[in-house]
Amino acid sequence: MIVSIIKILVVLFVLLTAVAYTVWLERKVVGHIQNRWGPTRVGPFGLLQPLADGLKFIFKEDLTPPYVHKFLYILAPMLALTCSLIAISLIPFGNWVTVAGVSTPLQITDTNIGLLIILGITGIGVYGVALAGWSSNSKYSLLGGLRASAQMVSYEVALGLSLVGILIICGTFSLRGIVDAQTGTWFHVIPRWNIFKGQFVAFFIYLMAAYAETNRIPFDLPEAETELVAGYHTEYSAMKFAMFFMAEYSNMVTVGCLATILFLGGWSGPVFGPPVLQAVLPIFWFALRVVFFMFVYIWVRGTLPRFRYDQLMAFAWKFLLPLAIANIMITALVVALRS
Amino acid sequence: MLHLALFLIFGVIAVAGAINLVAQTHPINSALSLVVVMAALAAEYLLLGAEFLAAIQVIVYAGAIMVLFVFTIMLLNAGAEEHTRGSKVALIIGVPGLIVGSVTVAWALIHAHTGAEVPVGSLYGSAQDIGHLLFRDFLLPFEITSVLILIAIMGAVVLARRES
Repeated sequence: MIVSIIKILVVLFVLLTAVAYTVWLERKVVGHIQNRWGPTRVGPFGLLQPLADGLKFIFKEDLTPPYVHKFLYILAPMLALTCSLIAISLIPFGNWVTVAGVSTPLQITDTNIGLLIILGITGIGVYGVALAGWSSNSKYSLLGGLRASAQMVSYEVALGLSLVGILIICGTFSLRGIVDAQTGTWFHVIPRWNIFKGQFVAFFIYLMAAYAETNRIPFDLPEAETELVAGYHTEYSAMKFAMFFMAEYSNMVTVGCLATILFLGGWSGPVFGPPVLQAVLPIFWFALRVVFFMFVYIWVRGTLPRFRYDQLMAFAWKFLLPLAIANIMITALVVALRS
Repeated sequence: MLHLALFLIFGVIAVAGAINLVAQTHPINSALSLVVVMAALAAEYLLLGAEFLAAIQVIVYAGAIMVLFVFTIMLLNAGAEEHTRGSKVALIIGVPGLIVGSVTVAWALIHAHTGAEVPVGSLYGSAQDIGHLLFRDFLLPFEITSVLILIAIMGAVVLARRES
């Protein structure tokens, strides 16, 4: 019981710090892509910028426009943030560790249907966006909210189907089970990651569907500044806007962790040295891959233009969905012929 | 003991959500109450040991179907219900009628004495069991259901098409 509470506090603290520093990374990387520096003044290399941003959000005036539907207006950011923070509780970060005689897995809860629960939570997260757009009672917000919820529902289908290939290969919904099925190497050199077991196409479908789920460029029409002022969070200020902001980045972190676990072998990597190092190294390999995913996210953001809305929806239904179904059929055929 | 307490809590949430669904005047509040009912039902499935079904209930029902309901309500901009004379009459006749009806049905069910009791957690829970059921024992109903859904989708597309 105490162990679970400690794990929850540690994971929450690390997640919120990761969210803050993903924002820092984004501003620096996008700045360098655009041939400028990004934040440099607040602390060395601008590293204290997230702290300054957090203080700004706390001190800003939190105004509620008089024409909004009050209950839903306040509920929407809470729903978005809650759903994105809950999903991290199912993600395993490493093997079992033994600290002071207490043995515990590096995961808050391990269920047999972990992957399905994460999909369900992202499904509920769509309500935060849709209700924010509608309750703000303004045309930009409504359009942004409608577009965002239609986009998220469409890409959820492609996301779920791209994961079915992994399930056929690993045979379990449990995230720890999926990582355990990827241990070892072929010829001592090539690690047995799912991406090398034929899920290369599924990896790219997952990546694209994940960019669309988290409303990031090239799929960020619902919150594009030049199109819709700010889309569904136009009418939100201070802490409520900060909640949407945190929800978006923590969704990114969760998606990165999931991609690591499902396709890149989780925490596998060389482990050596004294027991303390052996407990910490898997977490380091895991974090390395997640940071790599965040970098790719930000890199794509700085490079690509955004899709038009009809192109976006056509891409989901006419390209990603048939491709995902073809991937499932081929994977099932290969697995059936092998066994 | 804990099972009974959790069953009662989620049962009360489901019934309260359902009553709120009917009592609210604005359709979006009703739709969100229905989402609460779906989530409470998913928790009840989990209590029975049907974990896969609980997750699918949340993903499909609460996370996709109800989103489409909410989407439609937002697009059509349906306003709050108006209270006409007919609706007040319906309220005066309907609510006592509903209470009498539910009490009668509950009494009949409790005194039915079928004697069949299912221990908690004995139902088919894992995805593997449900896969066996769906694709071996109940393959024909499964395929017919998918054809039915295809017909419904085609019907919706034809009905919503612009006259060209």
